Amino acid sequence: MAEPLLEIENLTVAFPTGRREMARVVDGVSLTLNRGETLGVVGESGSGKSMTALSILRLVPEPGRIVQGTITLEGRDLLALPEKAMRPVRGGKIAMIFQDPMTSLNPVFTVGEQIAEAVRIHRGLRGAGAQAEAVEALRRVHIALPERRARQYPHELSGGMRQRVMIAMALACRPDVLLADEPTTALDVTVQAQILALIGELRRDTGMAVLLITHDLGVVAETCERVVVLYAGQVMEQADATTLFSRPAHPYTQGLLASLPEAVPEDAKRLPFIPGQPPSAAQAPTGCPFRPRCPRAMPGVCEKPLPTVTLAPGHVVRCHLYPPPPAPTNGGARMDAGNVPSGTVPAGTPIRGGGGGL
Amino acid sequence: MLLSVEDLHVHFPLGRGQVVRAVDGVSFGIGRGETLGLVGESGCGKSTTGRAILRLVPATRGRVMFDGRDVFALGTGELRALRRRMQIVFQDPFASLSPRLSVGQIVSEPLEIHGVGGAPRERDEKVAALLDSVGLPREASRRFPHEFSGGQRQRIGIARALALDPDLILLDEPVSALDISVRAQVVNLLQDLQERRGIAYLFVGHDLSLIRHVAHRVAVMYLGRIVEIAPAHALYADPRHPYTRSLLLAVPVPDPARRRERAPLEGDPPSPIDIPSGCRFRTRCPHAQEICAREDPPLVPVLGADGQVRPEHLSACHFANSLPVWNNATNPEGPQPAVPSR
Ligand SMILES: Nc1ncnc2c1ncn2[C@@H]1O[C@H](COP(=O)(O)OP(=O)(O)OP(=O)(O)O)[C@@H](O)[C@H]1O
Ligand SMILES: Nc1ncnc2c1ncn2[C@@H]1O[C@H](COP(=O)(O)OP(=O)(O)OP(=O)(O)O)[C@@H](O)[C@H]1O
Ligand SMILES: [Mg+2]
Ligand SMILES: [Mg+2]
Repeated sequence: MAEPLLEIENLTVAFPTGRREMARVVDGVSLTLNRGETLGVVGESGSGKSMTALSILRLVPEPGRIVQGTITLEGRDLLALPEKAMRPVRGGKIAMIFQDPMTSLNPVFTVGEQIAEAVRIHRGLRGAGAQAEAVEALRRVHIALPERRARQYPHELSGGMRQRVMIAMALACRPDVLLADEPTTALDVTVQAQILALIGELRRDTGMAVLLITHDLGVVAETCERVVVLYAGQVMEQADATTLFSRPAHPYTQGLLASLPEAVPEDAKRLPFIPGQPPSAAQAPTGCPFRPRCPRAMPGVCEKPLPTVTLAPGHVVRCHLYPPPPAPTNGGARMDAGNVPSGTVPAGTPIRGGGGGL
Repeated sequence: MLLSVEDLHVHFPLGRGQVVRAVDGVSFGIGRGETLGLVGESGCGKSTTGRAILRLVPATRGRVMFDGRDVFALGTGELRALRRRMQIVFQDPFASLSPRLSVGQIVSEPLEIHGVGGAPRERDEKVAALLDSVGLPREASRRFPHEFSGGQRQRIGIARALALDPDLILLDEPVSALDISVRAQVVNLLQDLQERRGIAYLFVGHDLSLIRHVAHRVAVMYLGRIVEIAPAHALYADPRHPYTRSLLLAVPVPDPARRRERAPLEGDPPSPIDIPSGCRFRTRCPHAQEICAREDPPLVPVLGADGQVRPEHLSACHFANSLPVWNNATNPEGPQPAVPSR
């Protein structure tokens, strides 16, 4: 089962800031996606989730740059491939559902034409075959009267339908890896359930692996085997889903879970939240990037570089609350399950309420 | 009522005699300082309803009254004045921000258009305060929309809508791109403003737990119509339309230990091009009977368990008063909070 398909190692993406420094919006991220698995990526808005996914396809927008790292797909380093060799990978082996359907769909072509075009390029289907496949793809994402809808333009569809067109297009090419960036934000819960079921089916039938970026922790709990928590461009915690929800170790993860509206009593007047703002990438603090907002920050300690600690097999956290075991560690900031020796540090007592503004 | 929408229809012609009946007879009201949640299936007409209220798309039929004035009868000057008091935050934060304007310009544009906000210095301060209130640093005002992440752009849209101190904001999935902590901050801000200034919101969303928290009343839409509308607590505790029930049953639970197969609704939603006869939900309804194909059920008050009419709770279902009792057994998520066990 745990057969690595896509491996990201020490990825760093930076934007020039106008001054001399670069803003590192993705900062040393390492993660592994196994065949047939769904890996959830959660984290603060602006924490680098989309940039990480875009890096995999080498689509980081100008003037951003991948300044460091490797991204390996079945043994090939994608970052070292010539641009020409990337083209069949994009949309073919690796498909992406972009966060912004409206800017990734072309307004002057019908949605049917756009899906057919993708199918033509990546599956070699032509003419009527491609058209039929486009209609079929729309049907699979539960769009009613797909023949009719295929002839409409993106602006004639609702937000959720556009999102489903993107999903249809990504899935029609039968990718090995699906990068799904907030794929169901515009969908009501019943359609969302249908779409997640469809993705789950493909995963089972074809061994497709899914990198699922989402803010919806309900969706994470329901679909993901493992979860990576990003904050300010860095991986803060990684664990299997059950562990992450029941024993979150990082104070950021704890604060996030405490902000769930489901976790708040019905008569609560205000929702709890994590006070303060994330650091701007250009002025990242030394040591732990979460320290200015952390209810458990330890002055004099958290300014130091973050340790990477394995709390249990597969549960890795980067936080000074969990001092690394004295045993020799393997140095780097790798966050992979299995690669870091099992530590002996117990998970801290979870805080409640994240110090939020109730 | 600050806003009242009466029998609103928005139809889009498709050629060859076909029409998309996107909004097909919608009526509701929103009081001053009130939040009405609007939920429903993708494509059921939520955004179109909002756009029609603001006259961003022409209504085919119906009437919208805002603070006693007929919106569809206003001249251009009056319409401009109206738009100052009624703002919208669009669903798509990427497409709705002008790429050539800096964030500062985007947020201050409404102030300029309406000649408020005072001297440039004062205006800059106001912009900085607005950005701060949605959790963005003041330096953001010099940058451009494409330099921001999805959630950051969504907040820029919210800051812009707040600039003019409107009486009503139509929020079209305003927080869907935000992580839950930032979402909580923005929602708290909206609620604070509501308390301080009595702003009313039409809050379109898919997160039913969040809607329950923010909305005073909730309207559930299906295929161009409101099928149920009730005070929030009543809607969640005693839903009286089968579609509302299937929505509540489909909410994902943020706890892997309680992972379940969600029972998605049977069948596919019909298209608004081809709406079924009678009750428009009947093709997917587990309770459908022969009458449902024949008669279109009106949206009428339901009866409480005591047999009394509940004037605030309306449902458009022939069997609204005889559906099985809704309890925690049929609704495993019930009122108990789905807190991850620690
Ligand atoms: N063109 C750009 N110039 C400068 N900074 C940029 C640019 N594009 C993105 N950024 C910054 O990169 C950071 C990471 O952005 P990214 O889109 O990956 O965030 P995200 O985690 O996907 O957030 P969200 O959940 O809001 O979508 C953000 O802080 C954003 O401001
Ligand atoms: N300009 C247009 N031309 C033709 N049809 C349109 C147009 N705008 C909207 N529609 C149709 O109107 C219906 C309702 O769309 P609307 O955007 O209001 O849905 P929604 O409830 O907001 O859905 P979502 O939750 O997916 O955003 C859809 O069938 C859509 O295709
Ligand atoms: Mg993003
Ligand atoms: Mg919409």
